[in-house]
Amino acid sequence: MSKRVTIRYFAGFRENAGTGEEVLDIDVSNAGDVFRALQHRHGSSEPLGHCKVAINDEMADWDSVVRDGDTVLLFPPVAGG
Amino acid sequence: MQITSGEIRPDELRTQLTNRAAGAYVSFEGWIRDLNEGQEVLRLEYEVYEPVAITEGQNVIDEAVEKYPILRARCVHRSGLLEIGECAVWVGVTSAHRDEAFAACRYIIDQVKHRLPIWKKEHYVEGHSGWVNCERCASHAQ
Repeated sequence: MSKRVTIRYFAGFRENAGTGEEVLDIDVSNAGDVFRALQHRHGSSEPLGHCKVAINDEMADWDSVVRDGDTVLLFPPVAGG
Repeated sequence: MQITSGEIRPDELRTQLTNRAAGAYVSFEGWIRDLNEGQEVLRLEYEVYEPVAITEGQNVIDEAVEKYPILRARCVHRSGLLEIGECAVWVGVTSAHRDEAFAACRYIIDQVKHRLPIWKKEHYVEGHSGWVNCERCASHAQ
């Protein structure tokens, strides 16, 4: 079933997508589904394990459930420090 | 946990940790170096998603306080454009004895590097730039 989800892209993902945020109606169950469904947008073939995800500003797992109205934040490999 | 676009001043931060019970103070400073993987770096840009970086950074500090018998711990990370030699991240820990301060400081910097939503874009002397650690984004980097 389709859900309205706000997607936020960061760093290299944002540059590839050409936008920092978009609202989409997509048929997904969890955060991993979002990453895979939007591979053509963030343009990355990084394994999921190299990237991170947050839902509504809280760190989440790739199998975390995505609900209608959620904001999913797709984080490319981090490099702080 | 603090994110700042201003200069990190370790001497000032250090004074905020002073404590009569502290017999040890250990700090770590991460500096911007001029060479990475054979490429000469001109300057560096940190992108930080602050709402999650601050929460997750505070989680890391709280974990360190639980894991090690330390007195206080703080971490400050820069955002924005940095020049070679600038301090990018500072961690400070106080404890009664040195062993736990070393261990907690190491724990905090390792977890901060691994977990916080912070990205580093290097601008190279040769004119191009790239996101560090994101090999598979590299072909798209400007």
